[in-house]
Amino acid sequence: MHLLLTAYTDILESLRARWFFVYSGIFGGIVVLLFLFGLTESRIMGFTGITRMMITYIQLSMAILPIFILITTVRSVAGDREAGVFEYLLSLPINLNSWFWGKMLGRFVVVFLPVFLALVGAIIWGVANGADVPWNIFLYYSGLLFSLSWCFLGIGMLISTLARSADVAQGAAFIVWLALILFLDLILLGVMIRESLNPDLIVAMALVNPLQVFRTAAMLLFDPQLVLLGPSAYLILDHFGEKGYLIWSLIYPVGIGTLSGWIGYSIFLRSDLP
Amino acid sequence: MIQFENLTKKFKRQTVLDNIDLSIGAGDRIALIGSNGAGKTTLIRCLLGEYTCEGSVTVDGVSPREDRREVLKRIGFVPQLPPPLKMPVGQLIRFAASLCDSDPAQMEHVIERMGLDPARIRKLPFVKLSGGQKQKLLIGIALGRQSDILIMDEPAANLDPEARHVFFDLLAEKQAHSAMLISSHRLDEVAALVNRVVEMDQGRVVLDDHVADDVDIDSNLHCRIELKRAEPAFNRAVEDWGFNSTEDEHVWQGIVAGPDRLRFIGFISRYTALLKSISMDEAVE
Repeated sequence: MHLLLTAYTDILESLRARWFFVYSGIFGGIVVLLFLFGLTESRIMGFTGITRMMITYIQLSMAILPIFILITTVRSVAGDREAGVFEYLLSLPINLNSWFWGKMLGRFVVVFLPVFLALVGAIIWGVANGADVPWNIFLYYSGLLFSLSWCFLGIGMLISTLARSADVAQGAAFIVWLALILFLDLILLGVMIRESLNPDLIVAMALVNPLQVFRTAAMLLFDPQLVLLGPSAYLILDHFGEKGYLIWSLIYPVGIGTLSGWIGYSIFLRSDLP
Repeated sequence: MIQFENLTKKFKRQTVLDNIDLSIGAGDRIALIGSNGAGKTTLIRCLLGEYTCEGSVTVDGVSPREDRREVLKRIGFVPQLPPPLKMPVGQLIRFAASLCDSDPAQMEHVIERMGLDPARIRKLPFVKLSGGQKQKLLIGIALGRQSDILIMDEPAANLDPEARHVFFDLLAEKQAHSAMLISSHRLDEVAALVNRVVEMDQGRVVLDDHVADDVDIDSNLHCRIELKRAEPAFNRAVEDWGFNSTEDEHVWQGIVAGPDRLRFIGFISRYTALLKSISMDEAVE
């Protein structure tokens, strides 16, 4: 009960925050811009219409969603603690369990819904204009966005718990994001070639990087042989198969987010709250 | 009721609370005084279960850290700095009432007594209220629920004299069966509210004294001031105390809350050269 109350309060608190308007505006704006620039009419690798628009949208989301979620989460959670919000609200009789997970749940709703609704808006527009809607891709991409949002929200909550100030939290969030970007496949392949490292190791590193998992899965739907990915595709497809990898890419980031959130919660329980 | 035993709190290598032993019983109204960094806020946060610490803090044998709900249900807390919450006042009241299993109408009733109209501010974001309004609201939330421990950090600092009267009345209603811990930098701000003074310095309790308890929290003093000449600066200041003038602003009359008498005398002392006569009489109900 208190978990839902905390989530609801956090949602309302976020809906009044400036970052939320910027965040929603950016994802809504991306969809509008994609329509305006006629991406639905263009053709790439044989894809046109809504499918083409969704592929571009998902690629753009991968680039900006993680850093947006990380920065807004750590700034608002660590910022609230610094400003004395925790001191007051945690003086009320609420379980820390309900507080932490309620906050994470509420935060998830506000970071996932704008991204998802922008996608839904594009579908509605497409249906209204008689375009063919690729429902399987839509459902899968929605799942990917869900999974990615939860993953980075969990990491953001962990950083917020560890960092004692909003500035430190923001710096740490940026470094985490930068590290994940650095280990995207092109850089990995370059390192592999130069250092003659074991390819299995490099691919394993790519498979534990949630950004890479997300990116590969997004490719897999329109490029089942992962031609774009190069040699590492063989290892991925040999180990997982197409369906196996699609399932892995939904479950694994959720697991990372939940694990990070749980570690954050365990530290939160044992540390000073305000 | 409240027991601090060998309580020590360190931040990295700095000891902020150093082996505190303190016992607080029902009916104790404690002024927790000390300079900045003395450890007052840290002690309060340990009592609220917000800090981990060495030693123990218990409320009737229960740890606020381990059984938060049971302990915090009994504690009404007013922080020194109001939190910058964006949520509307109505939502904040409902949120607090829901967590405390209290009736929001009861909180609104206390807020109304403090001089705020809940209906008018219900939709305003909390953060947009003035300092005094925030303080009144937080006092309303703390006192409008079933609590027998009141922890207040400079609670009356932003209140106007009228609201202070009501605040003292509200405390008087609770004093018999409650323990109060009122933190302040200045003893004169809270002296008349309390029956015990605990002074902290560098993380230690350096004074723990019971004080004369002759002033009723809810008493009032009829006050009459006669001036040698009218003075605009004095007029403005005394009007803030709710005084009215007669005879061309040469004579002022009003009511001062009993616990505010020291503060009022401090105010008057700044205008001693203007005074022709002054009288303060305990008001009889």
